[in-house]
Amino acid sequence: MDLTIAILVTVVGASTPILIAALGELVVERSGVLNLGVEGMMLLGAIAGFVVQFHTGNHYLALICGAAAGMAASLIFGFLTLSLSANQTATGLALTIFGTGFSALAGASYSARPVTLMSPIFPELAAHPVLRVIFGYSFPAYFAIFMVFAIWFFLKRTRAGLILRAVGENDLSAHSIGYSVVKVRYFAVMFGGAMAGIAGACFPLTLTPQWAEGMTAGRGWIAVALVVFASWRPFRLLGGAYLFGLVMTMELYAKAGGGPLSAIPSELWAALPYIATIVVLVLISLRRDASTNAPACLGKPFMPSN
Amino acid sequence: MPNRLELTGITKQFPGVLANDHVSFVVKPGEIHALLGENGAGKSTLVKMIYGIMQPDAGEIRWNGEPVVVANPKAARKLGIGMVFQHFSLFEALTVLENIALGMDAKIPSRELESRIREVMETYGLALDPHRTVATLSVGERQRIEIVRALLLNPQLLIMDEPTSVLTPQEVEQLFTVLRKLAAEGCSILYISHKLHEIKALCDTATILRGGKLVDTCDPKEETSRSMAEKMIGTGLKDIVRAEGRAFGQPKLVVNRLSTGKTGHFDVPVDNVSFTVRAGEILGVAGVAGNGQNALLDALSGELIGDDREAITIDGHGIGLMNTTERRRQGLCAVPEERNGHAAVGDFTLSDNSVLTARDRLGMVMMGLINSGAAKTYTGKVIADFAVKALGPASTAGSLSGGNLQKYIMGREILQKPSVLVVSQPTWGVDAGAAAAIHQALVDLAAAGSAIVVISQDLDELRALCDTLAVINMGRLSAARPVKDFSVEEIGLLMGGVHGSMETA
Repeated sequence: MDLTIAILVTVVGASTPILIAALGELVVERSGVLNLGVEGMMLLGAIAGFVVQFHTGNHYLALICGAAAGMAASLIFGFLTLSLSANQTATGLALTIFGTGFSALAGASYSARPVTLMSPIFPELAAHPVLRVIFGYSFPAYFAIFMVFAIWFFLKRTRAGLILRAVGENDLSAHSIGYSVVKVRYFAVMFGGAMAGIAGACFPLTLTPQWAEGMTAGRGWIAVALVVFASWRPFRLLGGAYLFGLVMTMELYAKAGGGPLSAIPSELWAALPYIATIVVLVLISLRRDASTNAPACLGKPFMPSN
Repeated sequence: MPNRLELTGITKQFPGVLANDHVSFVVKPGEIHALLGENGAGKSTLVKMIYGIMQPDAGEIRWNGEPVVVANPKAARKLGIGMVFQHFSLFEALTVLENIALGMDAKIPSRELESRIREVMETYGLALDPHRTVATLSVGERQRIEIVRALLLNPQLLIMDEPTSVLTPQEVEQLFTVLRKLAAEGCSILYISHKLHEIKALCDTATILRGGKLVDTCDPKEETSRSMAEKMIGTGLKDIVRAEGRAFGQPKLVVNRLSTGKTGHFDVPVDNVSFTVRAGEILGVAGVAGNGQNALLDALSGELIGDDREAITIDGHGIGLMNTTERRRQGLCAVPEERNGHAAVGDFTLSDNSVLTARDRLGMVMMGLINSGAAKTYTGKVIADFAVKALGPASTAGSLSGGNLQKYIMGREILQKPSVLVVSQPTWGVDAGAAAAIHQALVDLAAAGSAIVVISQDLDELRALCDTLAVINMGRLSAARPVKDFSVEEIGLLMGGVHGSMETA
């Protein structure tokens, strides 16, 4: 029982940054832009969050600065792909390489210096042996769940969300009706950057209280895969994030050895999220008549004819 | 009562071409006004200026008597000008309601919008479920969304850009009913079309443009289709010239009990179709869209390969199991209906597009290397012979207008001198002058001994062009008979699926 509770708490903690980053990427992709720089933006958010927390001790300020760092990085991406119509895939990959390198450089003098982790929002309940499964987390875990609802509502129920989906579905039509495709996509990309930054900042602030080079460890890629896995729907994203978090936690337990989990090699656990994404993609494409729900303009640069 | 719309001296200059040269005309309230002209005559440019997408270089637009500047489409809609585009600006993954909401300038709560949509649909007999996803709708239904969207703004002028080019005859009739009702209520309609008989049936006045200039404003009911076509192209319309008393040769293309499986598209498969086309003969296949025409073309061209080698033979040689390339080597060329993306690759140059279908027949590839000189020369010949308006063989297919791309594709196949040519909608979107040229080229090809199959929905075209005619309905083909033995009524009945005379014919 205690082990189950411990595993569940770990799962939520591990899932939260993936969920936050994936929510941002979901909005970006719904607007028709594929930003593969999530991993890079997360690392920039992580180093920014760490540095601010290290010097000020304020966790919330650290999260905000993480968001700002991610957003700043996304603006580079936005300028290249939206204003200059550069290839989104290549630019996204470059952003990840840049983020990895720049965060390592900026963080070089901070390695092995500890910070404090964010404390749970409900300290009394967090100490409860069972209720801590629900109430034992710090701010980002609740923020992530709130954002699932907020983004679902935004996309489904608001006019701005409708316009964003329209831009991702058919940019030329949206343009001809009179919406500014580039402006909408800039906002989406910036939102995605901010979310990736927050997700990155979660690593030093909620998981490992220090800076380590490349500390997001490929979670940004998992977030990108997760968006596809969830077929661009926020609530599926919620389920998918926890499922992927569970698999990653299993990987850790398998690595630690002992118990029935080590029967399966940890490498297999590590590969599972990607295998699951491929399986989902295959399943989606098998349903011929139904639409895949992928935004029709995903990854295509916007080129109006006049 | 002031004129609804009055254009005076509208001029628009593009680099290298004067798109509109002092165009002036008047649209009265409640009038259905046709705007006629060949491709590139300046119709689109003119309506884009009325709808605020472009600004005129000179001239004045008066709206209900007042001079106005239409700064953008939003301003146009505010004035009461609605437009239904030829290519719909719809979002396939969204619902009808969401699509309409996106096109509205005012923010209306979706419940209120839905009730207003239902009201408009009720008034004009436009049936649509607001909650259906656009991807599941037919072309005619999609057009209804655009019309509803325009009507929700209570327009005083509705611009329709070639609205019937994608509709079935029944849908055209429904559309005309709606437009007449609108006009009766005082809404003016500016109707752009190539189809002269439709203009005669629908419009009160026609303004004809040629080369950017206004050549005539007339009453289409007083004119004949031919006289209007001649005004559009500026010279007498050439009749198809055929050699007198020509005889057909040996059977060339023989199709024997050809069937195709269900392809998973919405199209109907071909069911047990048999026909023979002799050397020098043009066989027309008439039918309402979606009755198996696409499957028939794909089965003949080799995109759909059957399991019977002898189901299709050329000069007695079974080609039923061959793929497209092998069939081309055997002399069978085909032009599918979809021009961009199927008959031609939009991002490729015309030269490269020529290589794609003509490489074997004209030796454009030697040991795997493309002979780009040969491709360029051939493409230049196509451009010259078929009067394709393109900068040259190096321009991309996607940069051509629909009609010009069609001319290029037809030319590319015809100049390969295939012994069998199968074409779908040979003059789709092409103006009267170019259509006449394409028809003549097909007749000349047949006269040189080729067998030709023309699949078309345009009965006038088939009756003018073909020697024999068959009608396709739900994937089944009626017996072919000489075209002069058919009355229009009989073809109509066959198209509608009345097969009474089929067995006896």
